[in-house]
Amino acid sequence: MSSVAMWRGCRRLWWAHSLPARLPRPPPARSGSGPVGLCGRRAYAPPTERKRFYQNVSISQGEGGFEINLDHRKLKTPQAKLFTVPSEALAIAVATEWDSQKDTIKFYTMHLTTLCNTALDNPTQRNKTQLIRAAVKFLETDTVCYRVEEPPALAELQKNEWDPVIAWAEQRYNVTIGSSTSILGPNIPASTKETFVSHLASYNMWALQGIEFVITQLKSLILSMSLIDRHITVEKAVLLSRLEEEYQIRRWGNVEWAHDYDLCELRARTAAGTLFVHLCSESSSVKHKLLQD
Amino acid sequence: MAAPGAPLRTLRALLRELRHAAGRSYRDSPAYRHVLAAFRAHRVTSEKLCRAQQELHFQAATYLCLLRSVREHEALHREYHGRGERSPQEVAGLVGFRLPQQPGGKG
Repeated sequence: MSSVAMWRGCRRLWWAHSLPARLPRPPPARSGSGPVGLCGRRAYAPPTERKRFYQNVSISQGEGGFEINLDHRKLKTPQAKLFTVPSEALAIAVATEWDSQKDTIKFYTMHLTTLCNTALDNPTQRNKTQLIRAAVKFLETDTVCYRVEEPPALAELQKNEWDPVIAWAEQRYNVTIGSSTSILGPNIPASTKETFVSHLASYNMWALQGIEFVITQLKSLILSMSLIDRHITVEKAVLLSRLEEEYQIRRWGNVEWAHDYDLCELRARTAAGTLFVHLCSESSSVKHKLLQD
Repeated sequence: MAAPGAPLRTLRALLRELRHAAGRSYRDSPAYRHVLAAFRAHRVTSEKLCRAQQELHFQAATYLCLLRSVREHEALHREYHGRGERSPQEVAGLVGFRLPQQPGGKG
């Protein structure tokens, strides 16, 4: 009977290990009629999927800006602040994100919500200067400035695709950037960094969070600036950022569950960041001209 | 430079994505109405090169890219990464075993 006892012991081990993955735990009792927090779980509980607990998503205007309502409850950030956004279009986009969740809430697809939460909570507690400094620091290790020497096909491709973007940035911001094949990277003069610092200072705090997010995703300050200045599209920026991978894919073949997965995720995040920056830093007004006939 | 392709194509694709995202009552969703209103407002202009129109088109193209890539990413995740662990019955079945049935329970 020892083998049966061994089976029983093994089963209990398997059962305990696989329990969180298969049986969803009921949501904690705190989600009653009060305001809803996004992190209502205990810290040590394994991440289970939250079911969609609301029927309707709507927008309302409060004093600080626009708020999101899930049924009759107001949405809050992970640090339990009220979720307010300054722009109506952004609020509508966030509401659409919440509305498009079916059955379970997949937080990893809700990029705009995540960005708004970051801007509202500022969990890393950085002020404007620190954000700008972190963003400009990326210029020293900018992707489009790092070139390879071999294989020559890749070096050629990098020259053809990345040189125009650098030329555009140099002309638009009146700076010198250059590219390099050494391991240390290009030598960026201090005046270039100053120009970018003063340019980024013209954006507000929310837009800066978005810009820093895009830079971190694309691994390039130059590509992010050309995206935010509407010089290239999101798809093109992502392609340029992944140039070497695209070259290897064309050479060795595409693996859908890795390459396409990463591509879609990068596109989603970059698009969300760009949209976030534009919606936070614009102010639209409609001027009606009189028809003259 | 604004996104290439006619604004009409972007608008149609964007509305289609919103339809996928929203479900049944997509026409009443705030996003649908906002997008249509924004495009209508920027349609009539006497200027040859309307910067606001280009900005709107770029924003629409960006939002379209966001919706489309989120949908594709979720589909890929569901297909390749979302299966989770196998149950003990499945694991036993991989090598041809079946778990024993205890008549009196687990004991």
